[in-house]
Amino acid sequence: MNRAALLLLADGRFPAGGHAHSGGAEAAVTAGRITGPGTLEDFCRGRVHTTGLVAAALAAAAAAGADPLALDEAADARTPSPALRQTARRLGRQMMRAARTAWPSPGLDALATARPRGAHQPVVLGVTARSAGLTPPDAAHAAAYEAVTGPATAAVRLLSLDPFAVTAVLARLAPDLDEVAARAADAAHRCLTEGTGALPAASAPLLDVYAEAHAGRPVRLFAS
Amino acid sequence: MHLDHEHTVFPQRHTWAGPTARPDGSRRALRIGLGGPVGSGKTATVAALCRALRDELSIAVVTNDIYTREDADFLLRNAVLPPERIAAVETGACPHTAIRDDISANLEAVEELEDTVGPLDLVLVESGGDNLTATFSKGLADAQVFVIDVAGGDDIPRKGGPGVTTADLLVVNKTDLAPYVGSDLGRMARDARRQRGELPVVFTSLVAENGVAPVAEWVRARLAAWAAVPA
Amino acid sequence: MSGVHATARITAVPDGRGGTALPELAGEGPIALRRTRSADERAARVTVVGAMTAPLGGDRLAVHVTAAPGAVLHVDAAAATVALPGRGGERARYEVRLTVGEDAELHWLPEPLIAAEGSDLLMTTTAELAPGARLVLREEQILGRAGERPGRLTTRLTVRIGGRPLLDQELSFGPGAAGWAGPAVLHTYRAAGQLLVVDPAFEEKPAEARVPVRDAEQGESVLTPLAGPAALLTAVAPDGLCLRRLLSASVAP
Ligand SMILES: Nc1nc2c(ncn2[C@@H]2O[C@H](COP(=O)(O)OP(=O)(O)OP(=O)(O)O)[C@@H](O)[C@H]2O)c(=O)[nH]1
Ligand SMILES: [Mg+2]
Repeated sequence: MNRAALLLLADGRFPAGGHAHSGGAEAAVTAGRITGPGTLEDFCRGRVHTTGLVAAALAAAAAAGADPLALDEAADARTPSPALRQTARRLGRQMMRAARTAWPSPGLDALATARPRGAHQPVVLGVTARSAGLTPPDAAHAAAYEAVTGPATAAVRLLSLDPFAVTAVLARLAPDLDEVAARAADAAHRCLTEGTGALPAASAPLLDVYAEAHAGRPVRLFAS
Repeated sequence: MHLDHEHTVFPQRHTWAGPTARPDGSRRALRIGLGGPVGSGKTATVAALCRALRDELSIAVVTNDIYTREDADFLLRNAVLPPERIAAVETGACPHTAIRDDISANLEAVEELEDTVGPLDLVLVESGGDNLTATFSKGLADAQVFVIDVAGGDDIPRKGGPGVTTADLLVVNKTDLAPYVGSDLGRMARDARRQRGELPVVFTSLVAENGVAPVAEWVRARLAAWAAVPA
Repeated sequence: MSGVHATARITAVPDGRGGTALPELAGEGPIALRRTRSADERAARVTVVGAMTAPLGGDRLAVHVTAAPGAVLHVDAAAATVALPGRGGERARYEVRLTVGEDAELHWLPEPLIAAEGSDLLMTTTAELAPGARLVLREEQILGRAGERPGRLTTRLTVRIGGRPLLDQELSFGPGAAGWAGPAVLHTYRAAGQLLVVDPAFEEKPAEARVPVRDAEQGESVLTPLAGPAALLTAVAPDGLCLRRLLSASVAP
């Protein structure tokens, strides 16, 4: 048990660049589809059960010791949007910097050397969790948590939502996060024997549309 | 005009923003952060510094725009540096976070520039316009310049705040406007001295010929100090 | 064991005269196959007919298609496939396995899959491509027949080139799936689909990402270059007609 390290890793203040990203929320706000706590909750639930699940499984598999480069390739195949691939690698590189300072390890060094321009962020997150002595379910929880807190924080800023109402949204999503993390950890376990094909590949078509539309927009608050 | 302080300033600062060498062993660029309230003249200062120093130094710029690429685009339009030497970082509605609490995107941009157009002598990092408490992390900037202007009110130095009080250089810009906005430059200088002790303050008007000279002189002095540090 | 178990097989090989022969063309159970006339003289064309009522819950249907090196094969369908509820409420499975050899070309262009209310289907499409193979693949899913709620459908599309993953996408909606009706996934749209083009020419000249159509009446689509020699057009739309219109955009290299 290494619960404090998990809190540190999942904390929004962990300096890994996430604050500049909205996880598609800014584009959904622009499209008029996130307008308040209710639609934010629908957005976050969809995100965590799709790309959040995939990220959680990648992170859990990396934490379980699966080959991070194979996971990185699996992440590419699960990320058709080039804007999202670029974002994932950029955030991976930024997380790597914080991780190597906080929990230095040969595993992180090797991944940083193999992917100097950044591996997919969930993979880096998983290797980081491993370096911090965390378990695959821990890594899955951190990734699932991040999948909803990013958009929620961004929505607070973009729409000036009541922060208490948004925290209540996150609290209502907690069972979804637990369920996603459990499924992710289970898939990660199978990945060790069956390969990356055992990892979930849940997709969200509109997140891909948002990502490319947002990338082409000159005026925006968040990078993605 | 207040450059006589620089040698007294330098010995106070023996910490640099992270290792002074790059992974390949070469010396990394000196990183200077420019912060200050919206519209005070940060981009104008960066542009003028690039023009003044680009013939003697290898320079790159990182801008932190709030919701557009305006600062980067201004620098590009005015061709103060080739486009590959200018990088824009997006800050997610929170400019001070990107320069202070979570500097990873800025560090990445700096490294990216060193990798693609390096070796560099100097990287200027412009913060998005923010409030008087915004300062650069020591992990990002080796030295920081805080730019205010006379039009923002001549009581800003008196109000203090981390930017005014602790920046390595305080620039009071747009002195040409002082008569029109009724700002008392003498009072600003006295207040700044009270807040900052020995730390230097310069007054500039960037619309004047070579108006950036005092800032450029200060940058040269920092670079000389930087070069004197064993790598 | 309940339900129908059937596997249809198609194998295409070069006929040695610039065309393509079909040494194996074997329908089974509800899946009937017909050789049809192709406009492309290099290609053999096969139309899947009679899959109208299948799959029912509990059915296990499969189609295995192989385009041997150098072959050009076009497969389409006569009508939409409707997933219907079975007697015992069991899940149905439909497995499509595509193998495309070196310099072979496969067009897999079935009609839409309609998830009728109460149905439960897991549909997997796996394409194994040799380096240099070409693939044009379209998938369309409709959330229920007119005026009804959707059944449960999970579709997984996995494409590998030389054994390495190129694309892996799963879409789940209907009762028991979470979050799909929200603004991150399908919002209020009733149809979703993808058109994938794998072509070695993309190696030199990748497609450019763009958002060709975005409007609530017609739906939304996005063209994305994959991290390999391929481009993917993803679309969501109010109905199957609009979806087909979005997926008819050119994705050629
Ligand atoms: N009169 C006068 N105008 C100046 C001076 N310096 C800058 N300006 C003008 O002030 C305006 C704002 O200058 P910028 O350099 O864009 O200010 P900034 O601090 O970068 O602004 P943000 O990045 O938006 O926070 C521009 O119109 C400049 O031309 C000066 O010394 N005198
Ligand atoms: Mg500016």
